[in-house]
Amino acid sequence: APGARTFAAAADVPLQFCVVGSGPAGFYTADKLLKKFGDARVDIVEALPTPFGLVRSGVAPDHADTKNVINQFTQLAASEPRLSFLGNVRVGRDLSLQELRSHYNAVVLAYGAESDRRLGVPGEDLPGVFSAREFVWWYNGHPEYRDLPLSLAHTRSVAIAGLGNVAVDCARVLLKAADDIATTDICSHAVKQLHNSAVKEVHLLGRRGPAQAAFTPKELRELLSLKGVQIKMDPSTFELSEASEAELKATRMRKRVYDLLSKALAERQEGDKTLHIHFLRSPAEVVGAERHASGVVLEKTALEPVEGGGEQKARGTGQFETIPADLVLKSIGFKSVGIPGVAFDARKGVVPNKLGQVYTEEGSAFEPGLYVCGWLKRGPSGIIGTNLVDAEQTVDTMVQTKDSFPAAAAQPPGGPGLRQLLADRGVQVVSFADWQRVDAEEVRRGAAAGKPRDKLTSVDEMLQIAAAA
Amino acid sequence: RFSAAAEGEGETISVTFKDEKDGSEKTVRVPLGKSLLEAAHDNEVELEGACEGSLACSTCHVIVEDQEYYDKLPEPDDDENDMLDLAFGLTDTSRLGCQVKCQRFMDGIALRIPSASNDQQ
Ligand SMILES: Cc1cc2nc3c(=O)[nH]c(=O)nc-3n(C[C@H](O)[C@H](O)[C@H](O)COP(=O)(O)OP(=O)(O)OC[C@H]3O[C@@H](n4cnc5c(N)ncnc54)[C@H](O)[C@@H]3O)c2cc1C
Ligand code: FES
Repeated sequence: APGARTFAAAADVPLQFCVVGSGPAGFYTADKLLKKFGDARVDIVEALPTPFGLVRSGVAPDHADTKNVINQFTQLAASEPRLSFLGNVRVGRDLSLQELRSHYNAVVLAYGAESDRRLGVPGEDLPGVFSAREFVWWYNGHPEYRDLPLSLAHTRSVAIAGLGNVAVDCARVLLKAADDIATTDICSHAVKQLHNSAVKEVHLLGRRGPAQAAFTPKELRELLSLKGVQIKMDPSTFELSEASEAELKATRMRKRVYDLLSKALAERQEGDKTLHIHFLRSPAEVVGAERHASGVVLEKTALEPVEGGGEQKARGTGQFETIPADLVLKSIGFKSVGIPGVAFDARKGVVPNKLGQVYTEEGSAFEPGLYVCGWLKRGPSGIIGTNLVDAEQTVDTMVQTKDSFPAAAAQPPGGPGLRQLLADRGVQVVSFADWQRVDAEEVRRGAAAGKPRDKLTSVDEMLQIAAAA
Repeated sequence: RFSAAAEGEGETISVTFKDEKDGSEKTVRVPLGKSLLEAAHDNEVELEGACEGSLACSTCHVIVEDQEYYDKLPEPDDDENDMLDLAFGLTDTSRLGCQVKCQRFMDGIALRIPSASNDQQ
């Protein structure tokens, strides 16, 4: 009976949780919280009007299967009455973390990584040099990067610093036949540029050797077998020292990556485009002509053992060479940024925590009711599934420390109070149903263009569609 | 004429899922031909399938408890190995649940679902 419910609720007020960020870490955390805390309410606050974080703005457009996880998140958000999505709300802009916390018993920070590690070389800030994050966010339609100043029609050679999967994604998008990528959910502005692209060569740069490359075999295999693309690598970089042999033996994945690369080295592939993979080369300087990047100076490196064991390190040899590059992408790691009101380890780029429980700024105790998950907790590595395991850990910690949750100071607690505050500030909150209208519009426009969706990239336009209920 | 499917029509095998998260254990009957991921979902066993069985995640990772059962399974192909390498808590008898289809010889198989639960650390 309704009366009995009210009574139960009054006797035992349900906990109010807030998750900041709606990427995999945020959604998996919300899912686990709903499961572990019987009648708790969970609000997900997201800076963009669109949910799903890097599943939307990071994962490559031609990897549609990887994005299937969106179906599961959608199912949860659309059908679970204890869960709410509040899009277009940026913590640190629309309200402070402190204000947010006052509405909830506990807040989980899962706001990912919105910055980049720097190369620290001269010329790094020349026009024509971007981080891989900026380039990926450009082709995937992150609203803040849709106007990235680059012109592929005037780009013949691209250098990508870093040998990981993000670098592979960038190289593949640049080298793949434009017609093949035009039918994915890649942004129209990127398709237009790819159709007029003058890119003939892509150079991947790695400080270490083929035995140390951080590719995963699946992504590498795909890159090495692109139609019309020759692969060029320096055979001398494939000679293995004893230490490298040992490293290969230790991980099955590295061994498979090395074997794939060796096979590509042995086989000839025809094509009018070329992928150069430069091992044992470290970017030393970006050189420019007419105030725009035009090349990268590489220093040859050699591997040397690290004292106390562990993986070998690359050391400069003092020998240099220059490769042409009208576009330079730095793919050496995303980096999280701190927000006022929470401790931040700027060196590691993470919020200091123990199993997800956030330390105070002095580091001696824990912030009551403050937790962290995802890239913000462990740094920018791992796949979507890694965030599932990570969310499990953070929520387990929350269960174990639930007695330390403070009472919500604001009235009314939870979502209603927060919505009031945001309304007072003139923030247009995008609900999940609002997002689904934007989603439907993207799908509708995509159908007309022969794509699964044509992403909207203007926040104003999204907000208009969201409001047109 | 009997197709392989028709032959196994209606036939089921016993599959046990052991969830490391909470130590729970569930034995279910699974029709031949279903994948272990489908078997889990049909029976409310908490096994993730982030990419919906398209070999693009590794969240459906299960560990075959008994080496003998593991040895009888058809070997994982390159694509499965690629994803398996990224799985959390990989062991020598790990498989991806979406890639293993139930066959008669698997009757009685037991699978562990690995977890990062703090209790295990
Ligand atoms: C280019 C690229 C390709 C990838 N490809 C794959 C792949 O193929 N397969 C795979 O498994 N994994 C892939 N990954 C990894 C995967 O995307 C990440 O592991 C995962 O997205 C990290 O989850 P997260 O929730 O911590 O962060 P994110 O996904 O980045 O989510 C963070 C969210 O927080 C929001 N936010 C930021 N600041 C604020 C704020 N102040 N207030 C409110 N909200 C905020 C952001 O808008 C974002 O939506 C890829 C990653 C990249 C970068
Ligand atoms: S469900 Fe993704 S690999 Fe099995």
